[in-house]
Amino acid sequence: MKLTLWTYEGPPHVGAMRVATGMKGLHYVLHAPQGDTYADLLFTMIERRNHRPPVTFTTFQARDLGADTANLFKDSARDAYNRFQPQAMIVGASCTAELIQDDPGGLAEALGLPIPVIPLELPSYQRKENFGADETFFQIVKALAKPMPRTEAITCNILGATALGFRHRDDVAEVTKLLSLMGITVNVAAPMGATPEDIARMGQAHFNVLLYPETGETAARHLERACGQPYTKTVPIGVGATRDFLHEVSALTGISAKVDESGLRLPWWSASVDSTYLTGKRVYIFGDATHVMAAARIAATEIGFEVVGMGCFNREFARPLRAAAKAYGVEPLITDDYLEVEAEIARLQPELILGTQMERHIGKRLGIPCAVISAPVHVQDFPARYSPQMGFEGANVIFDTWIHPLVMGLEEHLLTMFREDFEFHDDAGASHHGGKAVARVEPEEPGVSHPRTPVGYLDQDEGASP
Amino acid sequence: MSLDLPSTGCRSTPVLKERGQREVFCGLTGIIWLHRKMQDAFFLVVGSRTCAHLLQAAAGVMIFAEPRFGTAILEEKDLAGLADANAELDREVARLLARRPDIKQLFLVGSCPSEVIKLDLARAAERLSAVHAPHVRVYNYSGSGIETTFTQGEDACLAAMVPTLPATTARELLIVGAMPDVVEDQCLSLLAQLGIGPVRMLPARRAGDLPAVGANTVFALVQPFLGDTHAALTRRGARHLPAPFPFGEEGTTAWLRAIADEFGVARDLFEQVTAAPRARAQKAIATQSQELRGKSVFFFPDSQLEIPLARFLTRECGMTAVEVGTPYLHEGLVGPDLDLLPSGPVISEGQDVEKQLDRQRAAAPDLTVCGLGLANPLEAEGHTTKWAIELVFTPVHFYEQAGDLAGLFSRPLRRKAILRKEAAE
Repeated sequence: MKLTLWTYEGPPHVGAMRVATGMKGLHYVLHAPQGDTYADLLFTMIERRNHRPPVTFTTFQARDLGADTANLFKDSARDAYNRFQPQAMIVGASCTAELIQDDPGGLAEALGLPIPVIPLELPSYQRKENFGADETFFQIVKALAKPMPRTEAITCNILGATALGFRHRDDVAEVTKLLSLMGITVNVAAPMGATPEDIARMGQAHFNVLLYPETGETAARHLERACGQPYTKTVPIGVGATRDFLHEVSALTGISAKVDESGLRLPWWSASVDSTYLTGKRVYIFGDATHVMAAARIAATEIGFEVVGMGCFNREFARPLRAAAKAYGVEPLITDDYLEVEAEIARLQPELILGTQMERHIGKRLGIPCAVISAPVHVQDFPARYSPQMGFEGANVIFDTWIHPLVMGLEEHLLTMFREDFEFHDDAGASHHGGKAVARVEPEEPGVSHPRTPVGYLDQDEGASP
Repeated sequence: MSLDLPSTGCRSTPVLKERGQREVFCGLTGIIWLHRKMQDAFFLVVGSRTCAHLLQAAAGVMIFAEPRFGTAILEEKDLAGLADANAELDREVARLLARRPDIKQLFLVGSCPSEVIKLDLARAAERLSAVHAPHVRVYNYSGSGIETTFTQGEDACLAAMVPTLPATTARELLIVGAMPDVVEDQCLSLLAQLGIGPVRMLPARRAGDLPAVGANTVFALVQPFLGDTHAALTRRGARHLPAPFPFGEEGTTAWLRAIADEFGVARDLFEQVTAAPRARAQKAIATQSQELRGKSVFFFPDSQLEIPLARFLTRECGMTAVEVGTPYLHEGLVGPDLDLLPSGPVISEGQDVEKQLDRQRAAAPDLTVCGLGLANPLEAEGHTTKWAIELVFTPVHFYEQAGDLAGLFSRPLRRKAILRKEAAE
């Protein structure tokens, strides 16, 4: 038993729901007790989806326990097929149904439905949400994708985007755009946006682009074995990583990696003198391993921060994260306990935190600015506007997002310079954080004047610039 | 009772009972408001990662305010042998109580996994109570989805406390059901003006204020979902005062009237005390309910508040009810509200969500009251919805909140009108 207040990841069946909800023409029949339908609202509220997740819950109750739950499952699966007429179905159990040991796969098979029915084994007491998504996508691909002749033109599949993924919607669009700049079209992007019929024709692509190792790597490995498709290892988050990604694609296809970069603004924004004050700002990075490793590279080499700490909550990726941390000379923190993360941040006292919504709240508590780089995220990080993390536009988005919570350079200068001033004292706070500026309390000494400009201001000006 | 009864109410309407997929919360969600109410209590769920994830999703940002609830997540090794699970639980509880010495009441809350593996939390509570006495009292109840729906979690919690309440022979009024403090204060103030007392509350804000109960206790419920608590109090000899629930002006007046009659309050005094707040409530409802007059409403099951709320909306806001769905219908509790609800709507108990959605679409009501899993999908289909959970979290009882209660329902319709106007320009 482990006492938990906050979890970075949900149970594995929520990962399966993320795959099912991202897809079309697929239905998930989940053996689960009444109440587990709470997960629907993650999709309808946080991601603001305009349809119910394609998930039928058996919602068994105490009175059903006994011989009845197996029949309940069969009835639910049959009704779901009749009502929704999906191209394929996935079936599985949530944590409680795992304990009552009905066999959803066997029960569904006995129904003899005229569509592929894919059973899922998701060990709820050992694994978590990302595993659930990765495993579900793998099982669907394994069941439906078969080797096929390649398309005439060079095409690829994009793997790993799911419902409830952090910026998955716009990342897929941005990477599709990048590939089209090279003259490569996308065969199938999956699971998000794909139907089971689409999955069945994945084999005709020349290679795979793995966007999110957390949710797509097992399927990518399978396709490499089963369909002979190599997959990309670089996740194109950041300018350098995007260029590396283009070179990797170039090596796989023989097409030139030279593409139009005229929309890319991060390098100039970062090089401009206005950004000089960002140099060496101490940053702490936490989230899923993929986003953390990408963020560290951007922070250290593209914006010029000092990475003082990094970590991830998904143990499955501890090894690559440890390797990455070594490059920045920091000891990584692999934990899913937010109290440990909080203690680490409090100890390191960074000037900026890049993390999940949890780190945002830690930052608020400790008075440290924070920007969100990874799931889990709240509703505001499923924005209406185009805001990818990947590719060149993603780099632009990242620059703006990370810099915004920091006090602007000139403002910082003024705060330092006019520390004694009643308007610019330390407690006045930054201009855009919602805090109310308070005038400094002036000591009351009759007959003593308090000049607004500190003595010696003009002499200090040159040297005080940060 | 001074209320005009409709020529036919819904008490004898045949209830449509359905079974199938239910789109509801489990009883664990009750923790979210109960822990705010009981300020020295901690709620420890013994369950799975799903339970922790549910509380996180339902509690939203509240989880960051040092909440007094958590989940002891069962791991694979706990499932292997139950003796281990007990030892593990004792250790986690000891650690928790060491870290939070301000905790006086600890609730071990059962979940689906803990119920299915038959982890005996009742015995664990007894054992832990003995270990941590007299500083901490440990209770146990189940908030599992297999046994409880949403607000029934509060019922299970309060019912678990009743057997341990001290005994009394005093003639006291007990008000049962968690209310926001501001509403509780209004309730107590009205009763004090009527000269009724002493008045005790269940739940109490602190362990030290827990009420006593006995054969001379009479109790009134402020929430319709307290069936088990009602039964437990009755077993202790207390007597229930049946009444409509205190929603809206009419409901509040009828509720107060039932208590006033029991305590022999003179009609004059009752009129004198209630006249001004009644007038205020009527005026506020009239302002807030303009958009509701003549409109139809459809309730999906959620909290058991549906029947009293349908009564309020139809009688005081001029709406027509198409279907009133409730997860459970306890006639002994909502009977007085059913009497007042004009006949016409389908009264449904339980749920087969797909079939109910078919009925809702066919009826195309002006306003649909439903959970968050259905609200946006229905909005996208062109229906106007009011998400039901807010009705549990927001102060809605008694006179001063009557206008706000009507406002919760009229706001979605007003908003739809504003956005339509913008689109038309």
